[in-house]
Amino acid sequence: MYTTDQYEGMLAETVAIRGGDGGRVLAYCARPLGSGPFPGVVLIHHMPGWDEWYREATRRFAHHGYVAISPNLYERFGHGSPEDVAAAVRADGGVPDDQAVADLEVSMQYLRALPYVNGKIGAFGTCSGGRYAVLVASRVNGFDAVVDCWGGGVVMPDDQLTPQRPVAPIDYTADLDCPVLGLFGTEDHSPTTADVAVHEEALKKHGKEFEFHMYEGAGHGFFYYHRPSYRQAQAVDGWDKIWAFLGQKLSS
Amino acid sequence: MCTMIVQKVSVDGFGKGANGWFDMNQANVSWDHPFHAPEEHALNIDFVNESYGPGARVAVELSVEGARQLVETIQSVLGEAENRGLVGEEGPG
Repeated sequence: MYTTDQYEGMLAETVAIRGGDGGRVLAYCARPLGSGPFPGVVLIHHMPGWDEWYREATRRFAHHGYVAISPNLYERFGHGSPEDVAAAVRADGGVPDDQAVADLEVSMQYLRALPYVNGKIGAFGTCSGGRYAVLVASRVNGFDAVVDCWGGGVVMPDDQLTPQRPVAPIDYTADLDCPVLGLFGTEDHSPTTADVAVHEEALKKHGKEFEFHMYEGAGHGFFYYHRPSYRQAQAVDGWDKIWAFLGQKLSS
Repeated sequence: MCTMIVQKVSVDGFGKGANGWFDMNQANVSWDHPFHAPEEHALNIDFVNESYGPGARVAVELSVEGARQLVETIQSVLGEAENRGLVGEEGPG
C-alpha cells in the first residue's frame, strides 16, 4: 500500500525491439525506479490502436509496481496518428494472429531479460488485445497470468475464421498453462454473455484456473474514461480485481 | 477488426485530409468500432490512398440511419443529374 512518505519514481519511454519477423517494432516501456525485482506485464493494445490510453495504462502498471511493455502491433502498417494507422489495420481485417503472437512473445522475452524483473510475466489486453492475451498465453510458454478484458473473438464460428485469424483462440485452451482473469460486461456485443459462457465451459473442461467477472450495466470498453462506454463503479472494481489477481500470481 | 465486417472499393476522386487535398483511390467501408462516434459500432468510411501512408485518410463514422439516408441521397442526386443530361463522359466542366 502506498504511503505519503514513500519515495516514488518511474521511467517511461519508447524503446525498439526486434519483432517476430526481425523487423523493428516500437514499444512503450514503463517501470518503477529501483532495482526491484519487479514482475513484468505485456500490455496488448486494443483495436483503436497503440494510443494514448495504452500509454497511460502502461504507466499505470508501473505505478503499481510492474515493469510494463506495450508493443506497437500495428508497426508494419506505417506510422501516423494512432487512429489513421488503426483505420488502415481495420480495413485489412486486423493483423495476422501469427505475427501478433510472435511480437508478443518477443516482448515477453524482452522483459525476462531485464535484470530488475522477477521472472514472472503477465499479459493484459482489452478488446482485440484481450483476445491476443488469451491467444499468446495459449500458444507460447512463458506467461504466468493473463488478464482478458472483454476480448471479442475468443469464440469464433467457422464462418468468421479468416487467413489472418485461422484458428479461434478457444481451440488452444488445452495448451493454456497459466491462470486467467476475465472482465466482461453484460451489455457487450463482442463478446456476448453467451460467448463468455462458452469460453468458461472450455476452461472448466480442460481444468484451467480462471476467474471471470461479468459486470451488470457495462458493455464493451467500460474502462475507457474518454468514451461513453465508461462505467465508473465497474471500472474501479475491475482495476481492483486486476491488482489483486496479478499481485497474487506474479509475486516472487 | 473486432467485427471483421469490412469491404474495400475502388473510388476515384479527391479528399481533403489533415494535410490538404489528395487524390484518393479507395474507400474502406466497415461496421466496426468507431474512433469518435459514441456508439460501440458505426458504419465507418475511410477514403484513402494507401500509397501516401496512413495519414492520407478522410474519415466519417455514420449511424445506421445516416448511412442508409446517405446511400439513398447519393443515388437520388446522381439520378437527377442524369435526368438533366449533366452526367457525361467528359466529367465536370
